[in-house]
Amino acid sequence: MEQPLLEATGFRKSFGGVPALRDGRFVLHPGSVHALCGGNGAGKSTFLKILMGIHHRDAGTLLRDGKPMTFESPSQALANGISIIEQELSPVPAMTVAENIYLGREPVGLFGRVRFGDLNHMAQELLDGFHFGIRADSLMMDLTVAQVQLVEIAKALSYDAEIIIMDEPTSALGEAEADQLFAAIKTLTARGKGVIYVSHRLSEIFSICDSYTVFRDGAFVETGAMDTIDKDRLIHLVVGRPLTEEFVKENEPGGEEMLSVRNLSADHGVRDVNFAVRRGEILALYGLMGSGRTEIFDRLFGLSDTAGGEIVIEGTATRIDTPNQAIAAGLAYVTEDRKHSGLVLTGDVRDNLCLATLDRVSSGQLMRVGAERDAAQRMIETLNIKTASDKLSVSNLSGGNQQKVVLGKWFLTEPRILLLDEPTRGVDVGAKREIYRVMSDFTRAGGAVIMISSETDEVLGMADRAVVMRDGRVAGELQRAELSAERLLHLAA
Amino acid sequence: MEKQIEAATPAGTGTEQSRSITTRIGPLAQRYGILIALILLCVVLAAVNENFLSQRNIINVLRQTSINGILAIGMTFVILTRGIDLSVGSVVALVGVVSASFATTSTAGVIGSPYMPLIAVVMGLATGTAVGAVSGTMVARFSVPAFVATLGMLSAARGLTLIYSGGRPVPALTDGYRWIGTGDIAGIPVPIILFGLVFVLAHFVLTQTRFGRHVYAVGGNPHAAKVSGLPVRRIRFAVYAISGALAGVAGMILAGRTGSALPQAGVAYELDAIAAVVIGGTSLAGGIGRVSGTVIGALLIGVMNNGLDLMGVESYYQQVIKGGLIVAAVLLDRSRKSED
Repeated sequence: MEQPLLEATGFRKSFGGVPALRDGRFVLHPGSVHALCGGNGAGKSTFLKILMGIHHRDAGTLLRDGKPMTFESPSQALANGISIIEQELSPVPAMTVAENIYLGREPVGLFGRVRFGDLNHMAQELLDGFHFGIRADSLMMDLTVAQVQLVEIAKALSYDAEIIIMDEPTSALGEAEADQLFAAIKTLTARGKGVIYVSHRLSEIFSICDSYTVFRDGAFVETGAMDTIDKDRLIHLVVGRPLTEEFVKENEPGGEEMLSVRNLSADHGVRDVNFAVRRGEILALYGLMGSGRTEIFDRLFGLSDTAGGEIVIEGTATRIDTPNQAIAAGLAYVTEDRKHSGLVLTGDVRDNLCLATLDRVSSGQLMRVGAERDAAQRMIETLNIKTASDKLSVSNLSGGNQQKVVLGKWFLTEPRILLLDEPTRGVDVGAKREIYRVMSDFTRAGGAVIMISSETDEVLGMADRAVVMRDGRVAGELQRAELSAERLLHLAA
Repeated sequence: MEKQIEAATPAGTGTEQSRSITTRIGPLAQRYGILIALILLCVVLAAVNENFLSQRNIINVLRQTSINGILAIGMTFVILTRGIDLSVGSVVALVGVVSASFATTSTAGVIGSPYMPLIAVVMGLATGTAVGAVSGTMVARFSVPAFVATLGMLSAARGLTLIYSGGRPVPALTDGYRWIGTGDIAGIPVPIILFGLVFVLAHFVLTQTRFGRHVYAVGGNPHAAKVSGLPVRRIRFAVYAISGALAGVAGMILAGRTGSALPQAGVAYELDAIAAVVIGGTSLAGGIGRVSGTVIGALLIGVMNNGLDLMGVESYYQQVIKGGLIVAAVLLDRSRKSED
């Protein structure tokens, strides 16, 4: 057998006496895309941070090309051929793509002058090598979020590392850009590089990885080749118990229209949008990145600068210019990026849960602390939010539980129509199912859900109907019986 | 992803108590560092100088701290929303000359009303609030960065002060007005009483009212606050108005104590106020902090100045030491947080 690129055994790490990783093991071979799977809290992040030299392991051995190693810092890991594509982007917006990629490593000439010609040339060659279709001399701030993500990926690849760690690399990508990334991964493995791939999206793992390793509760569970395992078994390994169904869908669409829009226009050129959602229905708004899905939600919730068109809620034409009017009309909006616009990360769980209903837990200006606590407790129990206390800072919660806090905040407003923008992004399999359960129960109780999702599986699994957007307009509509990945993509692209 | 806590919701008896203890230790620990520093400083000063703990000196320290303390409490509201108010020093001077002009012995003699001090106070508060409201409008309505808006106001309010007073002090204030700065109730100087009242009121507003919750939410994440239906603009506006009003209170205390309103009063007061807020643990990034921390921060500055005076250290050195203290406090705060 060939020499593994990387072999980790018996990694252990505790934080303040609490073990985050008890037994981390991983073997990466050249030319392999190896999935590292596990729920939130399984120890994946800790394991990767040890590999990257960000944390120091308490115990365990690391062999790089058969040689024992310990990395004291990320730069040491990088020097030994390990680079990472992180979830969080860190672009310098006012600099060009090329400057961003080679930040701190610019080719310099006489008197330290940056040789911009060479710089742009190198960057363009790199980008073209992976067919990213981005110009090296464009400014970072002119790119879409997906393109910025691709640049970050190009940057990680520019180190020509032997081992590339990808932590949720597709979380900000649309389908088209994700395909570009997958093609790039194929190029890398053909060159004999090894990729450690972390993603909550199982379909991705099955389509691009060739082997898997599962961690659970801080310890290694199993490793093997991808073609020896199926989806159900992998979920079972990750969650620790068999999950019969990935999705929960027990709702039955009724006849009455809860919300309809006519000739709606929104920011970024979204116009002439018409659709309706009925009582008990889950409607998917599908489309590629930049097709105008989020802009429609912003418009419905009074967050838009453009305000054309008509919104009818339960038979009444309703004017919505501010979030308050939207909330009063029975709408709730779980935004795409919970850290940016969902949560107050400096606050605790209780603060966040009560944020949209402060008027209900106060008398005049005076807060009723008991009512605040009770409301928060109610949501913690209803949504099964795992937190030691409602006074714990919300930044300490896992992604799935943070998302449940955002949902809980909105359920306290007693909404009738839920707008969910990528409701399960960055959420592990177990918590995903709980969120699907919430959607199903909510519609069964007579509510309506409009869901934006980039995951085709999620649309196929949950939606009663899909409205497909393309370039700011409705490109078509598919009933549940007509839904398929091909049809969705065909309409969207 | 990396910071999650895998803790199941505690169940069963006995957890209620332990939960409340664990959740209360966090905030207490945050306050402790700076409080301990204050106590240590007092112990050291008491040891080296017998006068330090005398009743007269303690009252003296509190009275000297009251102006900066009141300014810093207003500044806390602003900084909690991710803002800054650089104009408070100029507002102190403007309010001083405006309100004092209603309370000089000459004008009082002309109009001759026994209510003149009261009218002067109302005028002072109105002036301070109005200046704050203008800053607040620029920040909240026209999205001018707070640093720029209040930097402009720093200059404009100082200019207005000089125009209004003709560049000359407003002299010979009536006894009624001077009482604000020099009087006492049951032996406690009025400035200290005002400082205490402002503290209690501000603490109540920030911890017990809906507006207080709004302030923390807007500072913690303005986007989330907006989506959640909070009146973000109104809240931003209000904190500058509050800061202006409290700068007005401070301005009148200063004029009352001096006995005449000086147009060059209050220069660089904003820096001490910001220092007290930062030393007190409030985050310049917004959303985190408390008034009690600010008060301790102001006291620490006050005690240090007083102690260095008692020890005969030149005021030039005092500034250097204060600068070191500000940075040290923030460093201490940061290292404590990263240990969590």
